[in-house]
Amino acid sequence: MKKSYARFTRRKFIQKGASGVAGVLAAGTLPGSAPAGSETPASWQVPGSGFSNYGQPRNARGSPIRWISADRSVAGAGVSWTPLHDLEGIITPNGLHFERHHNGVPDIDPDTWKLTIYGQVDKPLVFDLNALHRYPMTSKIAFIECGGNSNSLWHSNPSQAPAGYVHGLVSCSEWTGVPLSLLLEEAGLKPDALWLVADGLDAAGVTVSIPIKKVMDDTLVALYQNGEPVRPENGYPARLLVPGWEGIVNVKWLHSFQLSDRPLMSRFDTVSYTDLLKDGKAERFTFEMGIKSLITSPSPGQSLSEPGFHELRGLAWTGNGLVARVEVSADGGKTWNEATLQEPVLDKALTRFRAPWHWDGTKAILKSRAYDSLGQVQPEREVLLGNKGSNVYYHYNAIISWSVDSDGSIHHIYA
Amino acid sequence: MPKEYFPRGTSLARASVCLLAAFFLSQSAVAANSLPGLGRVPDDAELATLTKHVFADGRGLPQGSGDSEQGEEIYASLCAACHGSEGQGGSAMELVGDRSLLGTEYPDRGIAVYWPYAPTLFEYIKRAMPPDKPYSLSDDELYSVIARLLELNNLIDSGQRVDAAVLSSLQMPNKDNFRSGYIETDRGR
Repeated sequence: MKKSYARFTRRKFIQKGASGVAGVLAAGTLPGSAPAGSETPASWQVPGSGFSNYGQPRNARGSPIRWISADRSVAGAGVSWTPLHDLEGIITPNGLHFERHHNGVPDIDPDTWKLTIYGQVDKPLVFDLNALHRYPMTSKIAFIECGGNSNSLWHSNPSQAPAGYVHGLVSCSEWTGVPLSLLLEEAGLKPDALWLVADGLDAAGVTVSIPIKKVMDDTLVALYQNGEPVRPENGYPARLLVPGWEGIVNVKWLHSFQLSDRPLMSRFDTVSYTDLLKDGKAERFTFEMGIKSLITSPSPGQSLSEPGFHELRGLAWTGNGLVARVEVSADGGKTWNEATLQEPVLDKALTRFRAPWHWDGTKAILKSRAYDSLGQVQPEREVLLGNKGSNVYYHYNAIISWSVDSDGSIHHIYA
Repeated sequence: MPKEYFPRGTSLARASVCLLAAFFLSQSAVAANSLPGLGRVPDDAELATLTKHVFADGRGLPQGSGDSEQGEEIYASLCAACHGSEGQGGSAMELVGDRSLLGTEYPDRGIAVYWPYAPTLFEYIKRAMPPDKPYSLSDDELYSVIARLLELNNLIDSGQRVDAAVLSSLQMPNKDNFRSGYIETDRGR
């Protein structure tokens, strides 16, 4: 029924299309019609291309892309960076959300997928995907940042890669799904259910321990990313969103939740994603991502075409709430001006800032410095390294500096 | 060839069905705060199919045992290519390191240097290693590989058999160098 309806309409469309083309061909010969001149946009003179079931960027070359850095011997272990330097606004397109996989993207059959809750609960529960989709949902626009984002800046030579390919293990999406607190309420938490041990279906057995307070506060079992089902590389069919906390606890390809009186102390809790400090001690469970910002335009790899007006554009974010203020400097931090925060400014989301700048054509050093709603301020690099040493590997959030040379070229410097 | 989809216009009949539905919905007004209750309660057999998490104190470790002699063979054929023949110098994370370098500019990592609990080696290696074939080692083979790794790190006597009891009682040398960045008192609900 539906099929024949579609066929009928398509035939009609084709017929109409054909007569339309004939009309265009004939137009030049009709009395009184002006010939198409050289100033007439070419696209006015020919029909455009047709529809597509799923839109793609304009073309593969020249479109923003993720930059991949994978293990030589394990192709699915590594990262791909979001091209922050090529993007605007605060929402990351789904195809450009950063990836961090420990052993590739699993192929999961939604029909047999299930999520199990067990351990210190009154009754264990299993949810299939259809059941989960019937639960009350909510959305949160939130960033996810890998704990290891910007980690090359712990080293002594400033990377000259484009900004996104150094700092782009952070992305921001509208995540929609079921509050995990709702599922746990149904299972019934026992009094000693103090930690949630979550694991994923990937071939690296990623398993993490999350304190129950955060789980009950605002953790989401996310099913949608910017309106469409979560992408395979971002955890299809369901992933955790733990707003503001380091990427690793936002477990992808969810498999199970074990409620426990203690953390698991898995490899991902202790050996990785712990911060090695200068005294040789290590801090684990450093979940919250710190206050951070960078200027995405102009930035290394780009250049200023000429002196005059340029808008400084950047991103700021913090794992503990709202970005309250961003300051920018064009003289290496001697003087600072307040940037404009673009609405919306959202809790635990990327915040876009802008500041007008007139470049006089001489050497300049651009910096941005963010403050959050708790009054925390982004530290200078020497302060961060002075406090923690240079082997932390995770949680790099120092002020980032770009030098602008008189020829307009831009480089990353420590200043 | 793109798929095409032509939505039908809303007919009067459809509209009235919607109105009727809305009327009945309001009659059976949804109870406030009711939980959907769409989860299924699994039986013990189904729960037993889940991989048992291995906790720091050794809870979850299976029966079985292994020794470093067998472990050395497995290590040589499956692990050495990436981790180096003696647990160092490969493309993957080092497994053996010098603990005295902690706190210096160039610290080593490795199992004795940085891994705070021995039992959790079991679950990680079982689920993640070797990367081209996780879950392929039997429990005895896993204990054997771990025996080899502990031997390389001078954490057990050469030739000592390793099982759940050995892993659970082993005190890892760097355990006390870890502290929590999460405020424990903030943990209640």
